[in-house]
Amino acid sequence: MEHIKKISYFFGAAVLMLLLSGCDIAVLQPVGYVSKEMRNLIVVSFVLMLLIVIPVMIAVVVFAFKYRASNKNAEYLPDWGGSHKLEFWMWIIPICMVSILAVLSATYIHKLEPSKVLPESVAGNEPILQIDAVALDWKWLFIYPQYGVATVNEIYAPAGRQVLIQMTAENSVNAFWVPKLGPVLYAMPQMNDKLHLISKEDGVYKGRSANYSGAGFAGMEFDWHSVSRGDFNAWVAKARQSRNRLDRAAYLNLAQASQGNPVAYYSGVEKDLYYRVVNRCVVSGTVCNEELMKIAAAKSLWGQLCSVFDPGVVAVK
Amino acid sequence: MGDPTAAPFEALGQVPIVLYTCLAIVVIAVLVVAGILLLGWWGSLWRNWITSVDHKRLGIMYVVLAVVMLVRGFADAIMMRTHQAMALGEGSGYLPPEHYDQIFTAHGVIMIFFMATPLLFGLFNFVIPLQIGARDVAFPFLNNLSFWLTFAGAILINISLGVGNFGRVGWLAYPPLSGLSGSPDTGVDYYIWSLQLSGVATTMGAINFLVTIFKMRAPGMTLMKMPIFCWSAVVSNALILMIYPVLMAAYIFLTLDRYLGFHFFTNDGAGNPMVWINYVWVFGHPEVYVLVLPAFGILSEVVPVFSSKRLFGYSAMIWALLVILVLSFLVWVHHFFTMGAGIAVNTFFSIMTMIISVPTGVKIFNWLFTMYKGRIRFEPPMLWCMGMIFTFVGGGLTGVMLSLASADWAFHNSAFLVAHFHHTIIGGVVFSYLAGFVFWFPKAFGFKLNRTLGIASFWCWFVGFYVAFFPLYVVGLKGATRRMQHFMDPAWQIYYIVMVVGVFIIALGILSLVLQLILAIIHGCKLKGNLPVGKADPWGDGRSLEWSVSSPPPPYNFATVPQVSTTDAYWQMKVEGKPIKTSGFQPVHMPSNTAAGFWIGIFALILGFALVWHIWWLVMLCFIGAVASFICYSFFGDHDGYYIPAAKVQEHEEAFARIEAKGRKA
Repeated sequence: MEHIKKISYFFGAAVLMLLLSGCDIAVLQPVGYVSKEMRNLIVVSFVLMLLIVIPVMIAVVVFAFKYRASNKNAEYLPDWGGSHKLEFWMWIIPICMVSILAVLSATYIHKLEPSKVLPESVAGNEPILQIDAVALDWKWLFIYPQYGVATVNEIYAPAGRQVLIQMTAENSVNAFWVPKLGPVLYAMPQMNDKLHLISKEDGVYKGRSANYSGAGFAGMEFDWHSVSRGDFNAWVAKARQSRNRLDRAAYLNLAQASQGNPVAYYSGVEKDLYYRVVNRCVVSGTVCNEELMKIAAAKSLWGQLCSVFDPGVVAVK
Repeated sequence: MGDPTAAPFEALGQVPIVLYTCLAIVVIAVLVVAGILLLGWWGSLWRNWITSVDHKRLGIMYVVLAVVMLVRGFADAIMMRTHQAMALGEGSGYLPPEHYDQIFTAHGVIMIFFMATPLLFGLFNFVIPLQIGARDVAFPFLNNLSFWLTFAGAILINISLGVGNFGRVGWLAYPPLSGLSGSPDTGVDYYIWSLQLSGVATTMGAINFLVTIFKMRAPGMTLMKMPIFCWSAVVSNALILMIYPVLMAAYIFLTLDRYLGFHFFTNDGAGNPMVWINYVWVFGHPEVYVLVLPAFGILSEVVPVFSSKRLFGYSAMIWALLVILVLSFLVWVHHFFTMGAGIAVNTFFSIMTMIISVPTGVKIFNWLFTMYKGRIRFEPPMLWCMGMIFTFVGGGLTGVMLSLASADWAFHNSAFLVAHFHHTIIGGVVFSYLAGFVFWFPKAFGFKLNRTLGIASFWCWFVGFYVAFFPLYVVGLKGATRRMQHFMDPAWQIYYIVMVVGVFIIALGILSLVLQLILAIIHGCKLKGNLPVGKADPWGDGRSLEWSVSSPPPPYNFATVPQVSTTDAYWQMKVEGKPIKTSGFQPVHMPSNTAAGFWIGIFALILGFALVWHIWWLVMLCFIGAVASFICYSFFGDHDGYYIPAAKVQEHEEAFARIEAKGRKA
C-alpha cells in the first residue's frame, strides 16, 4: 500500500512537471482574436466546473475515510435513504451551473460562428484576404483567388488582416485546424465551409488536417506564415513567377493520391476551379451538382423538396 | 475499382507481426481443443455450456468472451502507444500507416462491440433474473442464439487478422473512406458483417431482457420496488432497441454501395457521405448511454452493500435514468460541432448536451450520500466504485468543456477528446463493470476472487489510467490530433513515453485480473468442477434477491418464488428473520437445452465469411442452413422441457439451509 502511494505521488509529480514545464501549449497560448476568445471560454468553463468537481473528489476521499467500517465512533444511519432538502440541492446546484454555462455557450457560439465576418473593431476595414482550401489525398491546396496564385501545404497571410478560408475536400472528410489561430472546421466533399480568422502577431504556426482521411493523413501538415504586408507581397510575387499553371488538367493530376508533398506554387489558377471542385465538375463533360439539382427540382416535386443544395461558394468580385 | 477479394493472404506473407500472432493463436487454439478432447471434457462442455439455455451459464460465457476480447483490444492499445512513442520527428516507429490504421480501428471496434457489449450482456444475463426473482429469462432459446451470434461476430472480425485485413476507417467508418473508393479491400466488409451479426444478437437480447423485466418480476415487486440495476437495464435495453436498427440500416446502405454499386454515400451519382455521419451518431451517442447507464446501476447496487446502508435517493435515481433516456437522443450533433452547421443548430445541441450532466451529477451525489454515515468496507468491488466516482467526475468536467461548442472547436478530434472519452469509458464504464464482475463472481461460483490481487488490479488500473491519459490531455492542447501514425514534433516524445508507462501499469492491472481468474480455475479444478453449495450472502449485507439464494444458485434459481414488499427485498427478509424453507417443494419446470443456437451461429459465421469473400454458393448454402436450423428447431425441437423432481430441489435446499445455519452460528 505504502509503495503504491509513493509510486503514485512520483508519477503525479512527473505529470505536474510536464504540465508546468512552460513549453508551448498551442490552444492555451493563442495568437489570434478567435483563438483568444476560445481560450477564455475554456479557462472560465474549466474553473466553473472545478467548483463542483473538486468538492466531490474531496468528499469521496473524506467520506471513505471518516465512515470506514473500523471507525465505530462515526455516526451510522443504516436506514436513512432520502432527504428532501438534500435532494433539492443536488438537483438545483447542477441546474444553476448548467444555466450559467448554457448562457456562456450560447453567447460564444453567436460571437465566434466561423462563417461570420469578424467585427470591425477587431479586424479593421481592410478588405478580407480570401483563401479557397481543398483537402486532397494527402495534401492541402490553397488557392488565392484575389491574386491568381495557389500553393500546396503553405499559407502566407499578413498579420492583422482578416482571412476568409472557404474549404472543401476532394475525397474523404478532412478538417482544417491551426491550433494557435482558431477552430477546427470540416473540409467535406461536395460541401463548402467558411472560416474567418485573424492573426495578431508575426510568426509561423503549425496547421494540419484534424480528421482521419486515410494512409497519408499524418503528413497533412502545413505552416501558416503570419508576416508583414511587405513580406506577403514579396511572397505573392514569388508565387506568381512559378511556371506551374493550375488549370483543370493540372488539378486532376495534383488530386492523385500522394504523400509527403513538398511546398509548391502555382500561378494562373483557372477561374471557378474551386466552384467546380465543390460541385464535382472538374472533369470536362461532367455536369455541376448545382445544375443537376436545378434539373431535378424542375422535374418533380420530390426533386424540388430534396434540392436544398446550396454550397454558397464565395466567388471573388 | 479492382477486386476487393484479391490477395487474401497478403498480410500473412508480408507482415511478420501478423504472421507470428496468427501462428500463436492457431497453436493455442489447437492446444485448447486437444486438451478438451484428451481430458474428455467435450461431452460435458456440450451438454452444460454450449447447448445450455440457462441464463447464468450464458452470462458466464458472455463474460469469458469479453475477457478474451479485452486482452485482444488491449494488445492493440499497447501496439498503438509503443508505436507512437517511437514515431516522432525522425523516428518512424514500427508500424507503417496501412497497418497502424487497422490497429486503431480494431481497438475501437473490438472494445465497444465485442468487449463492453458482451460484458454488459454477461452481467444482464447473470444478474437480472436473480434480482427480479425469476427462474430464467423470458426467451431462453433466443438468449442462447444471441450469444452464439455475438460469438460468430467476434470470431468473424478476428479472422480478418490473418485472412484479408481489418478496416482502416476508424470505429464508425465514415464514407467515402469506407466506401469502395476509399477502402477497396475486405476490411470494411468484415466490419459490416460482423457488426450486423452482433447487432442482431444485441437487439434480440434487448427484447429478451425488456420482456423479462416487465413480465417476470416476483409478485409484489412493482416497478418502483425494483433494484436500480434492473431499472438501468430497462433504459439501456430500450435505447438498444431504438438505436441498433438505425446502425444496421446504415450498414445495409453501405453494403449496397459496396456490393451493388449504389450511391448512398458516394461522392458521385448524387450520393452524400455526410448523411452517414448523422446515422452513425444517432446510434453512437445513445450507445454511450447503453454502456454507462448499467454502470450506474452497478454502482447503485455495490455502494449500499459495502456501506451497509440503504441507497440514497432511490426514486431520484430512476427519474435521472429516465431523463437521460430522453435526452440521449437530442445530443448527437455534438460529435460534429465542427461541421459548420450554424448558430441555431450548435446552440441547441450544446445546451442539450450540458443538460445531461444534471441527472448524471445527481447520481454522483446519490452515491456520495449513500456512503455518508455508512460503515464502509474497502473490499475490491467498493474500491472500483470509489475509483469510478472519483475518476468519472473528472471525465464529466472535460465532457462539459467539450459540450461548449466554441470550446469544442479547439478540442475536436484532438488527443484531448481521446483522453476525455477514455476518462469516462475507463473511469465510468470499465471500473463499474469490473466492480460488478468481482461483486457477483462469488454469487456465480460460491467463492471470492483473490482479494490481494483484486486490490492490486484496482490500484494498477487506477494509477495507470491517470498516467496513461493525463499526458494525452496535454498533447491534445498542444495540437496533437487523434489517429496519427507519425508526429512531426519530436518534443512531444516525452509525453508519449509517459503514456506507455501508464499503459504498462494498466497491463499489470489486467494481469492481476487474469491471475485472479487462473487461481479461481485452479480452485475449480481441485474440486473437479463440483462447486459445493455456498452461503447466500458472501459479502454480508446483500440487499437484493440474488443474495437470498445459494451461491452458486441452483439451476432453477428460486425453489419457491419469493414475495416482495420493499425495495431491498433480501434485506427485509433478513430483518424479519424468515427461516429458509426446507420442505413442501413442487417439481420445477425447466426449458430443455438445444443445439440450434450453436448451429445457427456457426452457419452465420460461415455466411459472413462467404459474404466478405464473395463466395456466393457458400452464401446460399449457409443462409439456407441457418434458416433451416431455425425452422427445424421450431417444428421438431424439444419445447416441452423437463421437471426437476421435488426431492432433488429439497436435497439442494436442505444443504443450503445447513450452510446458512452454520454461517449464522459462526
